[in-house]
Amino acid sequence: MKPSTLLAALAGIVVAPLVWAQGSTSDEIAKYRAALQDGNPAELWEARGEDLWKQKRGPKQVSLERCDLGRGAGVVKGAYAELPRYFADADRVMDLETRLVWCMVQLQGFTEAEAKKTPFGSGSDRKSDLEALTAYVTSESRGVKMNVALTHPKELEAYRVGEKLFYYRGGTHDFACATCHGEDGKRIRLQDLPNLMTAEGAQKAYTSWPAYRVSQGELRTFEWRLYDCFRQQRFPELIFGSDGAIALTMYLARNANGAVYDAPAIKR
Amino acid sequence: MNDGRRTFLKSGGGVTLLTLLAAAGWLDAEEALAQTWNKAAFDTHSLGDTLHALGGNEPAQSRDIEFVQTPEIAENGAVVPVGVASKIPKTESIAILIEKNPNMLAAVFDVPAGTDPVISTRVKMAQTSNIYALVKADGRYYVAAKEVKVTLGGCGG
Amino acid sequence: MGEPMKIRATLTGDTTEVKVLMTHAMETGQRKDAQGQTSPAWLIQTILVTWNGKSVLSAQWGPAVAKNPFLSFRFKGGAKGDKIVVRWIDSRGDQRTDEASIA
Repeated sequence: MKPSTLLAALAGIVVAPLVWAQGSTSDEIAKYRAALQDGNPAELWEARGEDLWKQKRGPKQVSLERCDLGRGAGVVKGAYAELPRYFADADRVMDLETRLVWCMVQLQGFTEAEAKKTPFGSGSDRKSDLEALTAYVTSESRGVKMNVALTHPKELEAYRVGEKLFYYRGGTHDFACATCHGEDGKRIRLQDLPNLMTAEGAQKAYTSWPAYRVSQGELRTFEWRLYDCFRQQRFPELIFGSDGAIALTMYLARNANGAVYDAPAIKR
Repeated sequence: MNDGRRTFLKSGGGVTLLTLLAAAGWLDAEEALAQTWNKAAFDTHSLGDTLHALGGNEPAQSRDIEFVQTPEIAENGAVVPVGVASKIPKTESIAILIEKNPNMLAAVFDVPAGTDPVISTRVKMAQTSNIYALVKADGRYYVAAKEVKVTLGGCGG
Repeated sequence: MGEPMKIRATLTGDTTEVKVLMTHAMETGQRKDAQGQTSPAWLIQTILVTWNGKSVLSAQWGPAVAKNPFLSFRFKGGAKGDKIVVRWIDSRGDQRTDEASIA
């Protein structure tokens, strides 16, 4: 059979596509996501992050192994499940990335600008150490229940500010986080939007970051997710490691309490 | 021993690659290594041309080639999981072709005796398209097809 | 020398399953960046996987293989502790070899 007629014949034996009903579409997309779990490129970032954690770096040529992420110097296991939290030495509530920057400055002698230079990487030429370190540290909280405390007054304040920001309408489109994430069953094109105002929605959403984003071929952190939401809402740029970013993270992380942390994950 | 070998492979210094490969027991795999990349096969736009470049022609449709772990809808065409399982005896190679890609051939896997003729990988798809699994078994070619839809997911997640 | 791979080899009964995650841009040569510049093609072209020196898989890839490629396959044989070696060569002539023990 000539290749051209074969192609025509093949078109006949291709299984007829499913009826494009929303239900079966979600099922198929769920299958797509499940198939991606096996062999998550995020592991490549986790491995690089572990190396960076243990490597002597910076002007002081010291590793990050004495960095206190809240559970004691050098304790990485379970640390992410308790962040953000108040740190007395900085007198500030910090999320993981700001704490990593703090340790890079205090322990390794980097300047804050150097440590924050590339918060979000792009390809093999512009890699982000912070993304790799975040991947490593968060992987050590996999399987741990989210357990963010609100004991210190500054932690409570961060939560309240984060909550206010969540509902704050602004920008050219008068959007708030709640606009997209405040109701069940919302979606943008075929992307389901989690309802972050329910415990279930908040838990599922927060515990799947950081994630390897297939569309970018990069591992992205929660700071990135907030930064990108602000961009999509046409808000001014969310500054990396700012009080605003930390407050929103505090609000969303605390609302995820009780859920088992299951990241780094893989997403579209 | 392995650390030393890795250092050699990194620096390439001192010993010739051939003696190194011999020492590491790679010489029987040398033939596979020496196989150069088939540029012509990766530059084709039809099943027939690809087959020609691979040295074959006229594949027979086969129901003994299955797509495994290959979803019907890919949320993002940049990464589409594709798995092919061939039940045809004496399968020698499995190739994955994507009809509507700029070039059809995505990958060719040579399956030596002892290796299961089941391969999983991830490919890029430019748009919704048929994926062809092309199997060479006992010198003859067989093919099966599956349509995979590609969709843009939106803004989040 | 290319970037590190993650190799997992597990023995179940008489079959060893090998899963490999590679770090590679796999540029098609058609992607334009924000400035409109086309990133040149850069991809892994040949792969060889050996078990105790014997080839258990070889492959040729084109630009349609996804970025940070994943590969999974199985072969009959293998024992705990045996070495699986994965080697790739890309279009720039760069290469990477990594190994793992069958667990």
